[in-house]
Amino acid sequence: MDYFVNVTITGLTQGMIYAAFALALVLIWRSTRIVNFAQGSMAAATTFIALSLIQAGASYWVALVVALASGFVLGAIVERVIIRPVEGGPELNAVIVTLGLFVAIQAAIAIIFGSSFQSFPTPFGVRGFEIGETTIPLTPTSLYVIGAVLVTMALLVALFRFTRVGLAMRASAFSQEVARLLGVKVGGMLTLGWGLAAVVGSLSGLLIAGGTFVYPAYMDSLIVFGFVAAIIGGLDSPVGAIVGGLILGLALSYVSGYAPRGSALVTISALVILIGVLLVRPGGLFSSTTARRA
Amino acid sequence: MTEAHGATAVSRSGGSAASGGTATTGGLLQVEDLTSSYGPVRALDGVSLTAEAGRITAVLGANGAGKTTLLRTISGLVRPVSGRVLLEGHDITKAPVESMVAKGMAHVPEGRGVIAELTVDENLRVGSLFRGKVGKDEFDRVYDLFPRIAERRNNAAHTLSGGERQMLVIGRALLAQPRILLLDEPSLGLAPRIVAQIFGLLRQLVDSEGLSVLLVEQNARSALSVADVGVVLNLGRVVVTDSASTLMADEDLRHAYLGF
Repeated sequence: MDYFVNVTITGLTQGMIYAAFALALVLIWRSTRIVNFAQGSMAAATTFIALSLIQAGASYWVALVVALASGFVLGAIVERVIIRPVEGGPELNAVIVTLGLFVAIQAAIAIIFGSSFQSFPTPFGVRGFEIGETTIPLTPTSLYVIGAVLVTMALLVALFRFTRVGLAMRASAFSQEVARLLGVKVGGMLTLGWGLAAVVGSLSGLLIAGGTFVYPAYMDSLIVFGFVAAIIGGLDSPVGAIVGGLILGLALSYVSGYAPRGSALVTISALVILIGVLLVRPGGLFSSTTARRA
Repeated sequence: MTEAHGATAVSRSGGSAASGGTATTGGLLQVEDLTSSYGPVRALDGVSLTAEAGRITAVLGANGAGKTTLLRTISGLVRPVSGRVLLEGHDITKAPVESMVAKGMAHVPEGRGVIAELTVDENLRVGSLFRGKVGKDEFDRVYDLFPRIAERRNNAAHTLSGGERQMLVIGRALLAQPRILLLDEPSLGLAPRIVAQIFGLLRQLVDSEGLSVLLVEQNARSALSVADVGVVLNLGRVVVTDSASTLMADEDLRHAYLGF
């Protein structure tokens, strides 16, 4: 029983991180119809910024804030400088550009920060809380991960639901032309959207790095799981990204915890789940049937 | 289509209806010698027209005559090859699309232009965003004009009927407090009764509140029944500009270009 709870909590924690990464992809897909393949290496870059601050003596929290802020700046710059010219063009152009960016940023990380394995700290312990005699498998670190993602999502929901900027961003995402005719500065909203998405992506990169080793390609497995989570959810739905992330996190944790030689099967299981979902619902679990307007 | 009519633009004496005015005189919105093309296809070929303040100016013509391109060029969605657009005497030909509504021009695009994923209320709020804080009374006024959308203010806009969508986008445009409203095919796909209701309301807003309207319509009969002035387009050129009643009475012209 204890083991089952432990595996479940691990799955939820990992799932939250997948959800955050998937959400970053969904935010960008919804507003610009571009799949940002560079999301992973953009997040890795900000994690390395955090790491070098920590190595220079800064606290984890200062490094976290600076990394998220630099994620925003990086996302905004990428949209303005690199994505803007291919926006609205053939889909393949944007795919190639973001793939190229993925490789370029990863290479830049290796050049600037080196390609060796470096340990990344976590602000909390990884031992379970103790209640009397029994140790429950919920660790402060997993609480922190789940809490950080939940708070970020709540802030995003509040931004989109209750603020004027959020309304303008949604209008721009759903219908650029109508939004422009209504006086919304759509270009600015897209830049802001990329910046926010990069913040969420960076958060996932910082959380997955906590307590492990980082190197320029350390995000690669998260990239795969994040994409699978986003596509399971329907790529168009923020709720879908979160549910997709949690489903995937739990499923992979059970595979790894219960199947014989489970840890070797994790990656392939993610792809099996992806294929299974797409066979039943080709648009993903939360795909809407409403036609999008130009 | 008869070749003879299309060859030269006829401008008949119709008082204020006459087109081709110069930059300095009259006309809330003036379009001068506007030419637009999509690649090699010339959609507008030297179009000039004037929309007077406090009038409904209807641009009529068959599918492909260039009506939608005309509105899209006026509001900057399409950049013209040559020609000018003047709003209250100011050249807005190169102004950004986003700035048009603040200058006093609200463009309701073809196909309703509701943002389907947002609620009715959110659609209205997007329309007033550029003005900063807008009083609740202004929203209430729109809901008073269109009680049918008031009942559905918290529903997603994609659940609205065609007529309700048209009411929503007109209401949303009014929240921008425009001097001139550009409407692209508001009657498209609507029942005649709803069309009459919407056109009746436009007439009322023009007469009582000094709104001006540039209306693009394929449904020439309905449009001319509410408009003051009609401009007939054919293959990207102005064929004739005259008062609505004169155009209505011209049987040859109606048969040739207006399809009724």
